[in-house]
Amino acid sequence: MRSYVPGYEMEMARNLEETLERLAREPGVWKPFAGGTDLMVLLEAGKLPHRRFLNIWKLPELRGIEVTPQHVTLGALTTYSEVRRHELLMLEFPLLCRAASETGSIATQNRGTLGGNIANASPAADSPPALLVYDAELELVSANGTRWLSYQGFWKGYKQIELRNDELIRGIRLARGKTGWVQFYRKVGTRRAQAISKVCFAGAARVEAGRIANVRIALGSVAPTVLRAIETENILRGEKPTPVIVNAAQEILAREIAPINDMRSTARYRLRVVQNLLAEFCERIAA
Amino acid sequence: MSETLRKIRVQCEINGQTATLEAYPMSRLLDVLREQVGLTGTKEGCGEGECGACAIELDGALVNSCLIPALQANGAIIRTIEGVADSGRLDAVQQAFLTHGGAQCGICTPGMILAALNLLARNSQPTETEIREGLAGNLCRCTGYTKIFESVVEACRATRDPA
Repeated sequence: MRSYVPGYEMEMARNLEETLERLAREPGVWKPFAGGTDLMVLLEAGKLPHRRFLNIWKLPELRGIEVTPQHVTLGALTTYSEVRRHELLMLEFPLLCRAASETGSIATQNRGTLGGNIANASPAADSPPALLVYDAELELVSANGTRWLSYQGFWKGYKQIELRNDELIRGIRLARGKTGWVQFYRKVGTRRAQAISKVCFAGAARVEAGRIANVRIALGSVAPTVLRAIETENILRGEKPTPVIVNAAQEILAREIAPINDMRSTARYRLRVVQNLLAEFCERIAA
Repeated sequence: MSETLRKIRVQCEINGQTATLEAYPMSRLLDVLREQVGLTGTKEGCGEGECGACAIELDGALVNSCLIPALQANGAIIRTIEGVADSGRLDAVQQAFLTHGGAQCGICTPGMILAALNLLARNSQPTETEIREGLAGNLCRCTGYTKIFESVVEACRATRDPA
């Protein structure tokens, strides 16, 4: 049932500093509200328990894409549309661009933000697997200052993240230098647009003389959180992707995930598909 | 649920006219446009950003108006389906939908036309794949999509080679 809209409050601070002061002065009272593509759905469904929101959509301090020789830093309010049309991202971070282009539809991509995707903390979100493969670090700001956290380890459990209620995600920093890596992204959903994934697989590997010198694998929709498949990476690292190694990696991968049956798919299907995608990634590495 | 908040003032431009609206900050822009401004061309389908029936342009970007809280429309430039025809003269996309049977029951049509127009504004000669992607967020339960797709292809042709 639809929520009672007059019972919801939304205000806007003039700038980042005032926003952070409000969050610090009344911790837990105000929640940040960006593009609204998740929160408005909950509002309409009558499932939005929080009632007071601070509009952050227009904060310039949370916008823009900065490029340095070592990193690319995306403002938390960077939309999927902005990701998709950024030339350097297309060249160096294709997995993130693929994730952005497979999220919702054009209208969703125009409002949905990377920071919102991280803060909403859905295990089925499309951009987090790509962000994990690129060793993303998060810049968290509060009235007390700034701290940086690795996105790997940012998740504490289902829909639980290391973000205090007086903090905002200001930016997402990605390490450059994976252009020579084999990169692979696959979102498996019911249809091309407007689908929530059944399985999402992002992988990147540096190959030297046929061996996997380094590798990252991150997965969505197969556990309570988006996760890095660290043990699977470990067994692949230093090896040639032979059938024996791929089989062993598939076995390890099965132990690293915890897929469930839900309205979108079954645990068995998810396990089978994620193992197949690992094999496909390895074929790509061998090619 | 007990407390009822006051409405806020939202100033924006809708189809070329400045407008001052009174709305609850989290009222859906869709409802404000339909019930307060009387622009009922914008339709409600799913109400959860999945179907595109409520698509409008907000500062030139295609958005689903069911997902925009009224407060975020403050200062915005809005175009709805009512702002597409130029003093009674249909846009090429509208004409193509009429000529090629792109509209049947009509519920998805305003969103489809705005999605198509928004695509053409970004990319005046899209490929067939780009047209399909541009319309992928808009669901139709009548036409099977082929006539809609052909209408947009025809609108592109008509824009490229005016008669």
